[in-house]
Amino acid sequence: MSSYAPDETPRVAERPNYLNAGYGPKSWLLTIDHKRIAILYLSGVTFFFAIGGLYAAAIRLELVTPAGEVFQAETYNKLFTTHGVMMVFFFMIPGIPGVLGNFLIPLMIGAKDVAFPRLNLLSWYLYIVGGLIALWATVHGGVDTGWTFYTPYSTVYSNGWVVVTAVGVFIAGFSSILTGLNFLVTIHTMRAPGMGWSRMPLFCWSMYATAIIQILGTPIIAITLLLVAAERLFHLGVFDPAQGGDPVLFQHLFWFYSHPAVYIMVLPALGVISELVTAFARKPIYGYKFIAASSVAIATLSFLVWGHHMFVSGQSVYAGLVFSILSFMVGVPSAIKVFNWTATLYKGSVSYQTPLLYALGFIGLFTFGGLTGLFLAALGLDIHVHDTYFIVAHFHYIMVGGTIMAYLGGLHYWWPKISGKLYPEYWSRVSAWVIFIGFNLTFFPQFIVGYLGMPRRYHAYPDEFQVLNVLSTAGASILGIGYVIPLVYFAWSMRYGKDAADNPWGATGLEWETPSPPPTENFPVTPTVTGRPYDYLTGREEAAVG
Amino acid sequence: MAEAHAVHGHAGPHDAPPELRHHFVDLPAQREASALGMWVFLVTEVLFFGGMFTAYAIYRAIYRTAFEEASNLLDIKLGAFNTAVLIMSSLTMALAVWASSQGKKNLIILFLILTILLGGAFLGVKVIEYKQKFDHHEVPGPHFAPLNEKTHQPLPPQSELFFSLYFCMTGLHALHMIIGIGLLTWLILKARRGVFTPRYNTPVDMVGLYWHFVDIVWIFLFPLLYLLGRHTL
Amino acid sequence: MSGENRRGAHGDPHAHSSGIGAYLGVFAALMILTALTVWAAFQHLGVWNTPVALGVAVTKALLVAWIFMHLRGSPKLTIFVVSASILWLAFLILITASDYLTRSWLPIYAS
Repeated sequence: MSSYAPDETPRVAERPNYLNAGYGPKSWLLTIDHKRIAILYLSGVTFFFAIGGLYAAAIRLELVTPAGEVFQAETYNKLFTTHGVMMVFFFMIPGIPGVLGNFLIPLMIGAKDVAFPRLNLLSWYLYIVGGLIALWATVHGGVDTGWTFYTPYSTVYSNGWVVVTAVGVFIAGFSSILTGLNFLVTIHTMRAPGMGWSRMPLFCWSMYATAIIQILGTPIIAITLLLVAAERLFHLGVFDPAQGGDPVLFQHLFWFYSHPAVYIMVLPALGVISELVTAFARKPIYGYKFIAASSVAIATLSFLVWGHHMFVSGQSVYAGLVFSILSFMVGVPSAIKVFNWTATLYKGSVSYQTPLLYALGFIGLFTFGGLTGLFLAALGLDIHVHDTYFIVAHFHYIMVGGTIMAYLGGLHYWWPKISGKLYPEYWSRVSAWVIFIGFNLTFFPQFIVGYLGMPRRYHAYPDEFQVLNVLSTAGASILGIGYVIPLVYFAWSMRYGKDAADNPWGATGLEWETPSPPPTENFPVTPTVTGRPYDYLTGREEAAVG
Repeated sequence: MAEAHAVHGHAGPHDAPPELRHHFVDLPAQREASALGMWVFLVTEVLFFGGMFTAYAIYRAIYRTAFEEASNLLDIKLGAFNTAVLIMSSLTMALAVWASSQGKKNLIILFLILTILLGGAFLGVKVIEYKQKFDHHEVPGPHFAPLNEKTHQPLPPQSELFFSLYFCMTGLHALHMIIGIGLLTWLILKARRGVFTPRYNTPVDMVGLYWHFVDIVWIFLFPLLYLLGRHTL
Repeated sequence: MSGENRRGAHGDPHAHSSGIGAYLGVFAALMILTALTVWAAFQHLGVWNTPVALGVAVTKALLVAWIFMHLRGSPKLTIFVVSASILWLAFLILITASDYLTRSWLPIYAS
């Protein structure tokens, strides 16, 4: 059995690979290669992330001063709505599945492509069309309901482009459903011979669990948004109190999806971290079965806790009690993962390269954000902090401190495989630190102002909160710079970066058995898997081999 | 650890059947994936319609009498007729799938045409029903003013909720029927070219699954929308 | 192991779980059950009207799924996947209903 020293053999000539397999727009826009579709998603999500980021900048600009001086209140409502809609539906939900999931799943399981390649391309088109429709609504005046579209404001009173935005989100929802469907069938039916479920990489386990949520949850928001649109267009009163409708029913239907949706946003990230931790500790991951099982447990439990978003809505206190208990329970599988990662790093041969920096940042910030989730699961405490910046900080710690860091970590880790090039290590570490510092400066003060009572979604606030808000905006500026740096050096590396070896990290996994970048068909001959996953030699084994 | 064996995962390019897509090992693998994919899609449809069934269940529980009174305004004869028509169309669809597994081209086309005709009949009846609602001011909105058929008294305001759900649920169902008829037409065009053989009839099988699912949705819509208040008459 | 992309790993996809006789039988049963549910709707069964109607609907749906949709010969995974969808819909309906049903337990709420 070979040991996994990093492979540094220089590449001589340009081998045929998926990037040079065809040139020109048609070869990209009509591709059915999952790797090219991943690049298409990379372009899309980067674009919508930039738009969401611009709106975040506008929000933080407004919040520098206590009186709302830059924007009117109605405009501010549109700012945070657009920020939320763009980030949630057009960056976070499609992000890791569309980019890393698409690129890696077939490679990791030894398949030539996903189960339904044409459907995969359709998914991307649906995503782009949905995003452009939502963008059209934004440009023409936007929506001011919050990304949560609560009724009856969204159905009766709002003057914004609610129906158009809802249609855009609806279409993007179908993209998400079809992606989940594709991944689920792929993982079930296309694993290479010898790759039983217990030999599958943990990233695939995470994507499988994510697919379950995409399939079972997204249709509910789809129908809910359709009902909102129908109510707005045809005055059907499903959620209108004037007709006997109940706005809380909207919230039930909305959060039945939107809570599991946050796990669509975080489960893939958890899978990435599992891969990074084991690779950079050069050690088999601790507790493989527990991590795999915890992914599926999260997917299941996540559907049973949605009422914790509705503690103050008029929901029955008894239902609230049950949702509260279940919300405490749903933190357990996530904690199990954190313990297992820590145990993996313990006495590992740890090398602090950029992907691991992001992974370590993730572990700290995700844990922090997750613990604050326990505060919120407590019914009594949530009454106090609901609709304050405490909530905003909580979910940004998980989504930004968590998922986006994992996304960047994964992008760095697999960049040599995706592009065949190496990114510059110095600048990648600089940006990782800038992002970490900028992130904490942005969002930690928000926990404090939130706990002290500053409400969310208000463009003006009492004077005593100004210092913390200024700190937060300063942090946001730093964070923004941090996000731009990788954009620059990734692009730079495509042209000027050093050629990457096939396995520059010396990592395990079928994806590292292919050339960097891989050929279109991934594997000329379907591999057969015979060993356990993450089969790094322990220190003793390496010494024995010599 | 993976070792790249020279496992010949699929037949060479000269003897691969034309229906086999390049990323599948063989036709049975492709069929297994297609079937799982269609069933998973139907799962999403269960949840999709399910959201409206949830709204219906909640409001019906809260506004029981208003819903029962409103339900009695629906034409039970047309509803029952439509139920029978759809059940018949499921039979013809199942027979079409059977015929395709035998490669009997003319029978496939016959049964597909029958299914389309029955589906069309269903939709035609729905048009008649919708028009009736329009004429009787039973469409939610500014002109909503339904009257109880026996007493000629106006219905309680929550009956508008019933009709909102009625139109949304049957409308979405009808949209699925229209899509289904489109798919059946596509199948007829393929069948005419002799594409379906005992070795390969997956598209017919998959559209069949879809059609039966749409039938199942109606199997639930009919009693919930048309029958729930009849015992008060 | 099923699910692996390997020649010969899959069963005969054309194994007929049901023949034409079964289809015609199910068709007859569905028509009879439809007539039954219409008849039962007009009977005064008290609280049993709804359960009877739903029970008939579930029976009809199961017949369509089992015979027409070939669930009878399908892999266990398919049956599991279908059951999951029903279970999840049950979560949605029952847990949402539990909110409405328990609101009145606290005396401060109007029922």
